[in-house]
Amino acid sequence: MTHDHNPDKGRLWQRLRRVAFGLGGIAFVAGIVFWGGFNTAMEMTNNEDFCISCHEMQKNVYEEYRNTIHYQNRTGVRATCPDCHVPKDWMHKIQRKIQASGELWHHLLGTVDTPEKFDAKRLKLAQSEWARMKKTDSRECRNCHNFEFFDYSVQGRRSNKAHQEGLSAGKTCIDCHKGIAHSLPPIEQDIGVARDAVTPEVFHPTGAAGAGK
Amino acid sequence: MNKPTRNLAIALVVALSFGTLGGPSAYAQTVQSLRGADVAAPEPSPESYRVRPDGPPIQRDFVQQPPVIPHKVEGYEVSLNFNKCMDCHAWSRYQEFKATKVSLTHFKDRDGGELSNISPRRYFCLQCHVPQTDAKPLVDNTFKRADGLR
Repeated sequence: MTHDHNPDKGRLWQRLRRVAFGLGGIAFVAGIVFWGGFNTAMEMTNNEDFCISCHEMQKNVYEEYRNTIHYQNRTGVRATCPDCHVPKDWMHKIQRKIQASGELWHHLLGTVDTPEKFDAKRLKLAQSEWARMKKTDSRECRNCHNFEFFDYSVQGRRSNKAHQEGLSAGKTCIDCHKGIAHSLPPIEQDIGVARDAVTPEVFHPTGAAGAGK
Repeated sequence: MNKPTRNLAIALVVALSFGTLGGPSAYAQTVQSLRGADVAAPEPSPESYRVRPDGPPIQRDFVQQPPVIPHKVEGYEVSLNFNKCMDCHAWSRYQEFKATKVSLTHFKDRDGGELSNISPRRYFCLQCHVPQTDAKPLVDNTFKRADGLR
């Protein structure tokens, strides 16, 4: 390639190569800076403070969550909003973040901006989250809780039985542990006056008579 | 005045002055709570205690006593929306979980009429039924349970 008869052409190629490598290096560094910045900005939307900056979240689900074991417990090991609601691995996280634009949209529309509106939608919102967890075999629960390492000798009698039977029957965490972090919608237990509530079967879609909630 | 009246008057004056001039401490020294603390002092608190873990049903001490809860109830919702206790202790579900079913006494409304599920009067279980802890009694006692239950 280089046995030219025109030495100027060779020097031209040399200059072009140097420029190309220089630009490539700058682009590489710029890419790292951009990627880091993008990730930092995304992680800023991935913590509890950001989530409760919307009053719909703070007044409803955050207040309910504060009474539960994931908020405060003996060891102080906690799960905050993203730990349960945002997947940790990149592909699923990005997918969830794109879906979150729907939440921004409804915030602007004011779909659940009063307690009454929120309670009216509570069942639908809860069911969509339960369906997501069921589909992923409670992936977010398993971020922290590895049931293969349950110490059954220190679990209580009832949880011992329920876990061993349930897990060997192929159940996943969310099948039984609904309502563990936020309040349940009204459930019809045939007690007292009839009201706007759903029957327990809504929470056990398989309809099995196994270990219930 | 005559002698008996004068003696009575003197006795009354002495008795009243003992209470007034002696001050409240004169009487308070003879009044002590069962726990040994002064009446006005803050109560001695129990040592740090734990709720008793899941176990078999606990025997009652009185015939009409609401049985105590032999397991932890931390985080169990009993609200207008949902009664977690009935999830296991309802007549339709207790066999599945090998739990004690709610007693028939819970099925009457306030006029004595019979209901087909628990009465709103008996809806809030924790008003009568409580879990147990391992806290020591604050006062030694010789309590024995009712005769028929021993």
